[in-house]
Amino acid sequence: MDFLQPTTWAEALAAKADRPEAVPVQGGTDVMVELNFDLHRPAALLDLNRVAELAEWSSEPDGRLRVGAGVPYVRLIAELGGRLPGLAQAARTVGSPQIRNRGTVGGNLGAASPAGDSHPPLLAGDAVIEVESAARGVRTIPAAEFYLGVKRSALEPDELIRAFRMSPATGPQYFSKVGTRNAMVIAVCSFAIALHPGERRVGTGIGSAAPTPRRARAAEEFLAAELDWDARLDPAVLARFGELAAQAASPIDDVRGTADYRRHAIGVMARRTLTWAWNEFRSGHFERRAG
Amino acid sequence: MRVTFTVNGRPETADDVWEGESLLYVLRERVGLPGSKNACEQGECGSCTVYLDGTPVCACLVAAGQAEGREVRTVEGLADGDRLDPVQEAFVECGAVQCGFCTPGLVVQAHDLIERVAQPSDAEIREALAGNLCRCTGYEKILDAVRLAAARKAAS
Ligand SMILES: Cc1cc2nc3c(=O)[nH]c(=O)nc-3n(C[C@H](O)[C@H](O)[C@H](O)COP(=O)(O)OP(=O)(O)OC[C@H]3O[C@@H](n4cnc5c(N)ncnc54)[C@H](O)[C@@H]3O)c2cc1C
Ligand code: FES
Ligand code: FES
Repeated sequence: MDFLQPTTWAEALAAKADRPEAVPVQGGTDVMVELNFDLHRPAALLDLNRVAELAEWSSEPDGRLRVGAGVPYVRLIAELGGRLPGLAQAARTVGSPQIRNRGTVGGNLGAASPAGDSHPPLLAGDAVIEVESAARGVRTIPAAEFYLGVKRSALEPDELIRAFRMSPATGPQYFSKVGTRNAMVIAVCSFAIALHPGERRVGTGIGSAAPTPRRARAAEEFLAAELDWDARLDPAVLARFGELAAQAASPIDDVRGTADYRRHAIGVMARRTLTWAWNEFRSGHFERRAG
Repeated sequence: MRVTFTVNGRPETADDVWEGESLLYVLRERVGLPGSKNACEQGECGSCTVYLDGTPVCACLVAAGQAEGREVRTVEGLADGDRLDPVQEAFVECGAVQCGFCTPGLVVQAHDLIERVAQPSDAEIREALAGNLCRCTGYEKILDAVRLAAARKAAS
């Protein structure tokens, strides 16, 4: 096995072009488990820890945030929690403090597990994934087009994930996750919501209840048509939203839960997160906090 | 491959390291520091917690080569000669150690908590230790130890 240790992004891309079979390793919280258990013996590891720009984030001229693939959860929570509240809530549920000190959104995207906790808030918040190869340069992929199958993504073998781009929240965002403990659990299923009041639109993301993370599109369209943004939340609208969210899931039975349970829980979490977000929106609390 | 890094303030060089090896393996089997325990090798138990450049991490999930040039501090590096660190003392006094397998990881993780948070609440202690499993104590004595260490630190 080779251990490749580029110190710049250009070197990293060159190494990946030269050795497409090399497995990138950032926080190692997925990769090292596979190596320790000998599930996988790659021909080479491509350590990204020395590529400093991957661990940086910035505000772009268009107002969006560009967050390097190597920013660990602990910093995402501390430094961007106010601007990306949905993602920060999800990040707080990842593993344990030790895991959050090392694990990254870039690694979560690289692993592309349907249960990855960053995915639902990335979907709800219209994130775009920035990937790059030495041969073809930068490519941006909307989160909704990034996940292709169980642990399969749109990333090509010669590409690396550089960053994700996402607008700072313009309205309340919430994340909810079902698990057997308050720490160290892979989601049985999860749900994220983001209100976009300027566009009178609500974004959603479903986790661990389909082969890929996905949006609940019919539920989003229903709210775009039926939600009265100047009124209290209509219980009939709330109930229908929950039903449509549950219908968007296509879960399986596995050791963590049954398909029926997951579908039910998605409906419950959809109603809950919308209620939380709506209460925050109506109370003016979000504006005060953001202002 | 060769990995050169600093452990508990001393430069160390490990040779013939397999590229897929973990920092935990290097510490225990090549540098001769068996304090950090190997219980799960999958990040679940926290017994292998060490500081990497000042941040507590599971050493079993750090690739050896990722530690090249970096500073590692293990449980062996907390005491000042024969004087135990206040966190270690508190664990002994409170009976927070039974078989002791989880202790090194808990001590490092608790050490980090009280460095960062002067007087942690119970909720903060529980949150900080959520990634450290103990099969013996039932955790109550461990919570006592962390409260005691934090109180002593705040008083000194
Ligand atoms: C004990 C434990 C608990 C966990 N709990 C959770 C949890 O609650 N929720 C959750 O979502 N996950 C959890 N995980 C999984 C893991 O921590 C996350 O998926 C994390 O986000 C991975 O990030 P990383 O930087 O450590 O990835 P790594 O292990 O370094 O990499 C993960 C994958 O991404 C690829 N990759 C990394 N960086 C790039 C890049 N820049 N470009 C292209 N590919 C790249 C790697 O090749 C690999 O396939 C847990 C893991 C452990 C060990
Ligand atoms: S041995 Fe590293 S977390 Fe269990
Ligand atoms: S004292 Fe035995 S596992 Fe904690």
